[in-house]
Amino acid sequence: MFSNRYIFIYSSVMVIIVAAILSAAASFLKPYQERNIREEKVRNILASADIPSTKADAEDLFQMHIVKEIVVDLKGDVLSVYENGKLQQGEVRAFEINLRKEQKIKEAYLLNESQKAPGFPLYVCEKEGKTYYIIPLRGKGLWGPLYGNIAFDDDMNTIFGANFSHDKETPGLGSEIATSEFADQFEGKTIFDSDMNFVSVKVVKGGVANSNINISHGVDAISGGTITSNGVTDMIEDCLGNYIEYIKKQK
Amino acid sequence: MSTEKVKREPLFSAKYRKLLTIPIGKNNPITVQVLGVCSALAVTVKLEPAFVMALSVVVVLTIANVLISLLRNGIPPRIRIIVQLVVIAALVILVDQVLKAFAYDVSKQLSVFVGLIITNCIIMGRLEAFAMANKPWDSFLDGLGNAAGYGVILIIVAFFRELLGSGTIWGIQVIPQGFYDFGYKDNGLMILPPMALIVVGVIIWVQRSRNKELIEEN
Repeated sequence: MFSNRYIFIYSSVMVIIVAAILSAAASFLKPYQERNIREEKVRNILASADIPSTKADAEDLFQMHIVKEIVVDLKGDVLSVYENGKLQQGEVRAFEINLRKEQKIKEAYLLNESQKAPGFPLYVCEKEGKTYYIIPLRGKGLWGPLYGNIAFDDDMNTIFGANFSHDKETPGLGSEIATSEFADQFEGKTIFDSDMNFVSVKVVKGGVANSNINISHGVDAISGGTITSNGVTDMIEDCLGNYIEYIKKQK
Repeated sequence: MSTEKVKREPLFSAKYRKLLTIPIGKNNPITVQVLGVCSALAVTVKLEPAFVMALSVVVVLTIANVLISLLRNGIPPRIRIIVQLVVIAALVILVDQVLKAFAYDVSKQLSVFVGLIITNCIIMGRLEAFAMANKPWDSFLDGLGNAAGYGVILIIVAFFRELLGSGTIWGIQVIPQGFYDFGYKDNGLMILPPMALIVVGVIIWVQRSRNKELIEEN
């Protein structure tokens, strides 16, 4: 009834039409989607310092509480400072930094020091007269990227709060890292030992209490979410590691 | 595709109304045909995602049914399943993108399940069994009816699971604090997928005891 020729033409035309519709829709909706992602980033940063926000007031709260954004490099030098709504030093605002890109630059830089040096963002947050330092995190989970923010007290050692999110970890297992029950465990943990050596905070399978890890440097992992939990451990160690020199210089 | 000249029926004649109502009740895709159960288990913990999922399926199935019905005479039978899949997949991607743009929180909750509408057997089933052989308006009603039948069950299940599992409806606390003070506890089991299966089972039981026709002979 239908010739092969007809079938080929039919399917080619169909595919081209569908592709055109989908790409038009994608480019039309992109600004809205990017606004949502940006908004979520703002809310997650605020949430790590225990500042609840809604969609409507997130931007205002961010401007009110995040008084300074700095970019630091691996040697602990400050590359840029953003304060009072404009750049005081350097070229790029910490908020605009794409962590994924910087992690790639860091890999190249570690192999060859003459390459471009990576810069990592740090947010200074003022809340109720206290200063907190917020470090954004990015790592790998089981199925996709993990994100997080950790807020430190002004000693840059004790964790004040943390929050985590993910793109596609298994619902009910790995995705539990996004719950407050998991994130609240990080409160009060420290990332340096008493001799100021960086030890990070580990997510311990089987529970911290049953391991030989000091209780102030570990939290309990999620049952059934071992790879995601290990991803969180790696993410924290890897991302906080970038700031050690900076933190030591502040002491 | 009959060639005889049919007298034009009014848009909502008894026949058309039946196309819409039978799949909601007597031939419900979930409780009678037992299709699309997996997504019914996954997204019914809370009312809001269940509602959005139901709405997404209504949009996808209705539009896909009409499109396939319009194209039915030109679709080469040898590649008809591919054509159906392309139409469904394109619509699902559109729905997913729109949700990401305008209902970001819900789209995060639904995560993979919106993408999995592509594999929802109700949709392929309706396209293959109905839209390929019927006129656009019939297909529109059939798609709407089947998707509504799916959606109604989703919403009923989600209502009970959210009420008993979290004590809320659409995120609003409905079980008064006094109950909790007297020792009432939310049933954590309701949040787990197996309870969705049991709720669906109860709905099937209620439906069959009211409508004896549905009970199988053996």
